[in-house]
Amino acid sequence: MNGSRSAALTVAWRFAALRTDGFPVIATSILGGLLFVAVFANVLAPHDPEVGNLGERFRPPVWQQGGSEKFLLGSDHLGRDVLSRLIFGARVSMVVGFTAVLVAGVLGTGLGILSGYLGGWVDQVIMRVTDAWLALPALTFAIFLAAVVGPSEMNIVIILAAVYWTRYARVIRGEVLSLKERDFVRLAIVAGCSKRTIMRRHLLPNVLNSAIVLGTLMLGVVVVTEAALSFLGVGVPPPKPAWGLMLADGKKGLMAGYWWLTVFPGCCIMLMVLSANLLGDWLRVKLDPQLRQL
Amino acid sequence: MKQYIAKRVGYALISLVLLSVTIFLLVRLTGDPTVLLVEPGASQADMDAIRRQFGLDQSLWVQYARFVTSLVRGDLGHSFYYRTPVLDLYLSRLPHSLLLAVAAMTFSLVIGIPTGIIAAVRVNRWWDSAGKVFALLGLSLPSFWVGLLLILFFSVYLGWLPSSGSGSLAHLLMPAFALGWYFAAAHMRLTRSSMLDVLGSEYVKLARLKGLPEALVISKHAFKNALIPVLTLAGINLVIMVNVAVVVETVFAWPGIGRLLYEGIAFRDFPVVQATVILNGAMVVIVSLLVDILYAVIDPRIRLTR
Repeated sequence: MNGSRSAALTVAWRFAALRTDGFPVIATSILGGLLFVAVFANVLAPHDPEVGNLGERFRPPVWQQGGSEKFLLGSDHLGRDVLSRLIFGARVSMVVGFTAVLVAGVLGTGLGILSGYLGGWVDQVIMRVTDAWLALPALTFAIFLAAVVGPSEMNIVIILAAVYWTRYARVIRGEVLSLKERDFVRLAIVAGCSKRTIMRRHLLPNVLNSAIVLGTLMLGVVVVTEAALSFLGVGVPPPKPAWGLMLADGKKGLMAGYWWLTVFPGCCIMLMVLSANLLGDWLRVKLDPQLRQL
Repeated sequence: MKQYIAKRVGYALISLVLLSVTIFLLVRLTGDPTVLLVEPGASQADMDAIRRQFGLDQSLWVQYARFVTSLVRGDLGHSFYYRTPVLDLYLSRLPHSLLLAVAAMTFSLVIGIPTGIIAAVRVNRWWDSAGKVFALLGLSLPSFWVGLLLILFFSVYLGWLPSSGSGSLAHLLMPAFALGWYFAAAHMRLTRSSMLDVLGSEYVKLARLKGLPEALVISKHAFKNALIPVLTLAGINLVIMVNVAVVVETVFAWPGIGRLLYEGIAFRDFPVVQATVILNGAMVVIVSLLVDILYAVIDPRIRLTR
């Protein structure tokens, strides 16, 4: 009994993460699918995501009574098609998520290498700033920045990058500290390489794996933070179709029982974050054994 | 020991200074702070008055000195909306935030520690797999969505629990669950890995060798030591919870600090936003300092290695 249950659960777990050969196929396909949807949003979306028809407000999904084929997943308080908004929302999440992760990654990795390799006062300054910024909880910090610079898609990217670069800087610095004692770096110094060359040609390629792993794991964090900011009204400004904004709209119809406005955008966020985490976990084990403890 | 404490206090002070510099500079370099500090729709004369009152026409150094002196005096400005000092507002909301955070923490520890221990004791069996799925879900579901789903299920469909407000235990249940959910997963993961470490240690092997029953080895020898890192993390997480609660408090209209921050944004009440962020940041710095010192007192290895 116990054995069969255990086997069933193991199979279920394996299937969910598809770790049979290690590679999380489902998670990657979901991310790929979302990317596809984001790129071809104009073609795929049946309606304009920002223009609604006030005569068709709060339509339930097609399988419920009162639903119509025009709005497969229902319509919101302005009569906008939920499905189309979800599809365009994927674009917002992908663009914001990937750019923020990339900007934060480049900044954090660069500063981490500088800090770890140069040491001395450069290290002290970068690390003290990192500590102070890490002390501010990410969400509060992001809200503050958003309140100062005002909401726009571009600003969200800058804010998320400003908040999250410290995570990279910490880890990368630690790696560089151990790498710079290794023979290949010492030999490069003996061979007369400049500091710049050593950092660019010898250190950067060696910390790239960690940066990629961190970036994948950060993607989930960044997407959730963006959704939270949009939900609070300091993220992507309306009427743009962002998933967090859709949840904020959905909250208004929640007590009336318009469940589709809350359930569908949340499912999208969850799928994206879950996939990014699964892929990140796998990459961590594959690419970077040292990070397994994280 | 004294040296260690002095060093940690020094770092904490540097953190606080950098925190104030960061907030000070961000407000001043991203545009005209007068726009943020006057009420929306103020006249030019009002703007000039504010500019003089806050010394915004003087050099950055003078401005920073003024900013810090007023911070130290506990003067964090006045709320436009409530017409009261921001510090009073903050202190009146703090008990609600702490109540929610303590409830959420209790929930997360009650769930996280036992499941983590079971997962570690039964490593790679089905309990462990179930725990992994739970941890992954916990870390992937945004707390505000969990909150909205809870409202949908327990308030709208079943009508069992109130969807917003505070005052009774029934009001506390859903926000505490939504907030504690993520931390339950985090505490479970840490308990598991910490327990695995301890179970592989020499003294546990010795306890087993002398023939103690496995239940006793786990409950008497392993459990206590595995708990130290978890409780350390829990101490810091309690403050983090007060901060992260902003979304959950907004969802459930819970009158805590998070809600205050949200209102500050919604009503364009910048002094409230700035003060909340400063006080929250200071709270995190101070609590992590206390936790670090406490940890060093309990475990001498810490102060020797650093």
